[in-house]
Amino acid sequence: MRATILVRPKEGILDPQGDAVQESLRHLGFSVGAARIGRVVDLELDAGDPGAARAEVERMCEQLLANPLIERYEIELSER
Amino acid sequence: MTDPEPRPAVAVVVFPGSNDDRDAAWALRALGADARLVWHGEERLPPETGAVVLPGGFSYGDYLRCGAIARFSPVMPAVAAFAAEGGPVLGICNGFQILCEAGLLPGVLRPNASLAFVCRDVTVRVERAEAPFTARCKRRQRLVIPVKHGEGCWYAPRDLVDELERAGRIVLRYDRGDNPNGSTADVAGVLGEGGNVMGLMPHPEHAVDPLLGSGDGALILASLVDAARDRLAVAV
Repeated sequence: MRATILVRPKEGILDPQGDAVQESLRHLGFSVGAARIGRVVDLELDAGDPGAARAEVERMCEQLLANPLIERYEIELSER
Repeated sequence: MTDPEPRPAVAVVVFPGSNDDRDAAWALRALGADARLVWHGEERLPPETGAVVLPGGFSYGDYLRCGAIARFSPVMPAVAAFAAEGGPVLGICNGFQILCEAGLLPGVLRPNASLAFVCRDVTVRVERAEAPFTARCKRRQRLVIPVKHGEGCWYAPRDLVDELERAGRIVLRYDRGDNPNGSTADVAGVLGEGGNVMGLMPHPEHAVDPLLGSGDGALILASLVDAARDRLAVAV
């Protein structure tokens, strides 16, 4: 089983990287509103049961992959 | 004759990627401490440790988030246990980031609002002049100490900042107009819940001699050395 975790800055958290990218896209002539930058973590898991896998990945997010003070995360599970 | 001012042992933890460990040890020795470099793989601190310093640098290459990996180092449970017993622990720059990620300090350090790496002297204001980190300072005293970081923007939600303010846990603030990173409420240094853990972004170890531009950092490190000495005197 494969897990893809999307970690994003929470609403209202200043994201200077996103602001810089938004500015650069506008310089290129693209019309964009806010740009926000997060990170993607792809994991290969041994777990066979999607429910158990999701619970485990949630614990990984809470303990390491995201900082809950400033980031939120989404977990997508797929068959390998 | 006994030494009137015994040299207390101060452990300076060396992580892979620390780069201010030797400067911190040098400064602590110059200020009367017996500084010991302790590799992060050790599971114990030297038994006579009176204070711990987590130095600046780029532990684990700042992977994932600054300090996020270093908090799993084998030495960290010993550091947390030392703090839980009331031992003074000071985190400087990357050490501050590690202590936040480890949950020993409130908030988190984020990329500077300017996105630029900032390396210059800043003026900070002492908001609290008490042991163990600022006892040698006066309240409202201004200290000139250099910063050098890309991710020093301390962030905490408004209600947490209010709570810290009420509890007197905001120890250092950048002087008005001199905030180098956009930190919430101009915070430059905060205390943990028990008051015996502190993190700050400026580098006191780089400001211990006027020949280096400022001697103001010595006030913070010498306060820590005093606290280490007091702690060991009580233990004996």
